[in-house]
Amino acid sequence: MPHETTKNAAGALDVAVLVSIGRHPVTGRTRRADQDARAVEAALALDHARVQLIHAGHHETDSEAALRGYLGMGFEALTLIEQAGDADVLPALTDALREAPPRLLLCGTRAETGEGSGLLPYLLAESLGWPIVTGLAEIERVEPEHVTLLQALPRGQRRRLRLRLPAVITVDEAAPAPRQSAFGPARRGALAVSEQASRPDTALADWTLEPARPRPKRLKVVKAASARDRFKAAAAKAEGGGGQVLTDATPEQGAEAIFKLLHEEGVLRR
Amino acid sequence: MSEIVRRDPRKEWIARNRLHPEHLDVLAELGEGAAPSEWPGPNGRIRRDPHAVGFTGPNGIKRIDRSGVQQGAGRSSAGDRGDGQPARQRVEIESPAFLVAVVPDLAGGRLSSHDRDLLGLARRLADADPQAPGAVVAIVFGEARESGFAEAGVDRLVTLDEPRLAGYAPEARIAALSAIEESLSPRHWLLPDSALGGGELGRRLAARLGERPAAGLWQIEPDAGSALGWHATCRGAAGSLDIRRDLPRVALALALAECAEPVSETVHAARPLAPPALPEAFSRVEDLGAVAVDPASVALGEAEFILAAGNGIRDWEGYHRAATALGATEGASRVAVDDGFMPRDRQVGATGTWVTARVYVAVGISGAIQHLQGIQRCDKVVAVNVDPGCDMIKRADLAVIGDSAAILEALVTRVEQARQEDGGKRDAA
Repeated sequence: MPHETTKNAAGALDVAVLVSIGRHPVTGRTRRADQDARAVEAALALDHARVQLIHAGHHETDSEAALRGYLGMGFEALTLIEQAGDADVLPALTDALREAPPRLLLCGTRAETGEGSGLLPYLLAESLGWPIVTGLAEIERVEPEHVTLLQALPRGQRRRLRLRLPAVITVDEAAPAPRQSAFGPARRGALAVSEQASRPDTALADWTLEPARPRPKRLKVVKAASARDRFKAAAAKAEGGGGQVLTDATPEQGAEAIFKLLHEEGVLRR
Repeated sequence: MSEIVRRDPRKEWIARNRLHPEHLDVLAELGEGAAPSEWPGPNGRIRRDPHAVGFTGPNGIKRIDRSGVQQGAGRSSAGDRGDGQPARQRVEIESPAFLVAVVPDLAGGRLSSHDRDLLGLARRLADADPQAPGAVVAIVFGEARESGFAEAGVDRLVTLDEPRLAGYAPEARIAALSAIEESLSPRHWLLPDSALGGGELGRRLAARLGERPAAGLWQIEPDAGSALGWHATCRGAAGSLDIRRDLPRVALALALAECAEPVSETVHAARPLAPPALPEAFSRVEDLGAVAVDPASVALGEAEFILAAGNGIRDWEGYHRAATALGATEGASRVAVDDGFMPRDRQVGATGTWVTARVYVAVGISGAIQHLQGIQRCDKVVAVNVDPGCDMIKRADLAVIGDSAAILEALVTRVEQARQEDGGKRDAA
């Protein structure tokens, strides 16, 4: 376990990872949340880092099994901020992070249970006054005051960002997959319970929660001035042809045509 | 003068015979072609003479041609724009009762279908009360290449085009949005709930404004009991829950959810609005620019440019060389994978990966239906094949018939030549 060997090293980076209870999308059983596990993996990939796991929420048998999934990734303890079932965990988390502020805070983008609005990292960053960056792909370098990271963009692209510490970084599916959770360390790990006052989430109590129903699909409505246009649209066959076909062209002419199209679409890198 | 109607049977015969060379002249002379079948009445209502519709056919039978080729080709009816689309009603909102602010993603500088849905949702919010209509304000970062803001339902347009808002500058952008909140104080803020862009910006804005946003919103219904008069339905808990709640000030509408119909019947003013003075924001996030990504490492499902190989490839070395030179992600048809030329994770099609590339170049792929299903969502398809009758040619936007190896080689030469010219220009400049 590399992070343990560096535990007492001077100048080690304090990293806290917020972990939550996940829910398997098919079976509905509790599990370690996928994005949070990726955040733990990203923290474990750091050199010279002291990684601490924090969970705030209701403590029961189901959730304990899920939390032990994180311990099984190679941790001896997890800080558990115990809250009531209907609590808003944000004030308790903010207080806990203010008391012992880490240099870097990692977490998943969205929870898999509850409201799952993905707002918690932003609210934490706002109340702590730290910068926040989403969509982490890889942490490249950690300096005493800055961290350089790659952010995942759509279409597999990456962007390099430099961020002032302390900071919040959220992790989504673009980060490397988490390691497997080992059973022995998961059993042996300890849950260090810390009590915090729990404040109920009054807004959530007013809302109606129900299992998601399928969204209605939009019908294809043809708006046309005349009956003839409507009929033409309804009877239209799938577009066949319409493309340009180059027969009897030399390879150079063909290549020139393809090059022109690629250039117009702007997919050729320089 | 005499009341007796004089008939010219020959002219009548020519008037009946559309193929006669003097047909049009005779029609004009007899005044038949000009007889209007519709005209505005004294009260502004359209009056119709059903007897004036159509023409007398060659057998003396009245024919009505509704294709618009013969009759009425020149004068289209009032509600027609000529391209078969009904004319849109122009709407101008001079003094709006409230504002609905929309921050579209504008991927590539253009409104996506999601942005249009979002503007449709904003229109629903704005037009709920016809006595006191609101105005939709679109807030655009950077120079937009889109010209259809008016058709998409935008009343006012704020363009924030400053160098420090370019690139990834979430803190500067959120400071700009806060300034707009102070100067315009819109009643609603609507953003698309996309991973990077609206989803991130909206959450930052909600955290800044101290609002609890409706994330993953996909439906709104009028509800007199709530603060803003609307009820929202949002997806929660990784899409497994529906949360029904009052619509808050900040709402993030789900992508692919078709949260509302895009605007299709009206055209709005899209009047430019001067942006407020932006505060200096202290940025703690520095954008060091895009990183060159090895195209071979990009997952096939999200690759932008794919060079796919099929059974028609004989020179595999040349194919791999071409993919490297073009900077394309490699894909393959099932046959190429089954024959062991390409790994299984590069297979495109119903049994492999459904790709979403913008440009898909199919080399030596005849186009089995499973393969064509897999490339349904590609924008441009280029086919290189020896068989001009294959299905891929029918699907392709550009097809080149010929030997794939020679064409790929010529393409590589062309691309390298273009790069050298480009490099030469840059050195000279």
